[in-house]
Amino acid sequence: MKRIISVVSILLFAVVAAYSSGYNVGDKATEFKLKNIDGKLISFSNFYDAKGFVVVFTCNGCPYAQAYQDRLIEIDKKYKLKGYPVIAINPNDPALAPDDSYDKMVSVAKKEGFTFPYLTDEKQEVYRQYGATRTPHVYVLQKKGSDFVVQYIGAIDDNHQDATKVTSPFLANALDALIAGSMPEPATTKAIGCGIKDKRKK
Amino acid sequence: MKRLILILISFLFVSQTLSSKVPDTKRIRVLNYDQLEPYLNFRNDTVYLVNFWATWCAPCIAELPAIKAVEEKYSDKKFKVLLVSLDMLGHLKSRLTPFVLSHKITSDVFLLDDPNQNRWIDKVDKSWSGEIPFTLIYGKDFRDSYTQQFDFKTLDSIINRKIKMP
Repeated sequence: MKRIISVVSILLFAVVAAYSSGYNVGDKATEFKLKNIDGKLISFSNFYDAKGFVVVFTCNGCPYAQAYQDRLIEIDKKYKLKGYPVIAINPNDPALAPDDSYDKMVSVAKKEGFTFPYLTDEKQEVYRQYGATRTPHVYVLQKKGSDFVVQYIGAIDDNHQDATKVTSPFLANALDALIAGSMPEPATTKAIGCGIKDKRKK
Repeated sequence: MKRLILILISFLFVSQTLSSKVPDTKRIRVLNYDQLEPYLNFRNDTVYLVNFWATWCAPCIAELPAIKAVEEKYSDKKFKVLLVSLDMLGHLKSRLTPFVLSHKITSDVFLLDDPNQNRWIDKVDKSWSGEIPFTLIYGKDFRDSYTQQFDFKTLDSIINRKIKMP
């Protein structure tokens, strides 16, 4: 009995640890199934020929997220042809961020001409599993056998204010590296973003 | 006559105090990270609260009254508040200045204009991933960071404890 309790507590601890810390580079990402703006459920298996994914936690209302909408469309157009499509996920609780409701996701995606799925993390479980803290927050996954391995975490580039003044396109560099068969350098970067709106955080 | 002088002096004193409470928008200084860095690393007897925020950040705005109340409560103590705005430079006059005026913010306000955030976020705090609101509370012998949205009670108990530290 004691042994069962200790095994259970170790398991519980592992689950809690996995949830609280999120992914590091090298970790395997778990498959998710979330509702897209067309009402359909999307998961990795919808992209049978993908070599990986650009999973980006983003939203409607955050000015930093807005500043990167066009750049994400460009990334998606270019890199889905090379096997790395963008999957955008809105992690915010619309009760705390009214601009981030499902209906507004639908209208923003239409208005901005999103070329990628824009999913709602209704239960706010996926963003916690990944360890995302802000919008936008990017995770690049690479398919290895049946696994999806996290190879890059962080920012899209180094100038949110002006796309023409970017000196390091971190995300594109990471994708180019993976496509060329090497590892992203740097594999993690940071940027200012809007904190994810979650009642449990208060 | 004596009384008149006294009244006059007290009037002057009061108006002086009042005018110093009116926020002077010219003191919203625009800094890059290297210019801001000294403000994050003072080594003296004062407890510093450095809050990273923006006018468009709803949880940031929601916690400003708590910060202001704590600042007022400890105004006679060695405690100082610095508000570091991450508003875009183009919004200095159209948004940040009017906000600071209308909310009667009397703390020092900086606009941090340094887009290469990946270079400086770790320098502010290694554990910070870049989300706002973000608050650094530091003194000579400690340095704590918070990504939560503060209410008065929580912030008050932290500052109260830090100020009393030997």
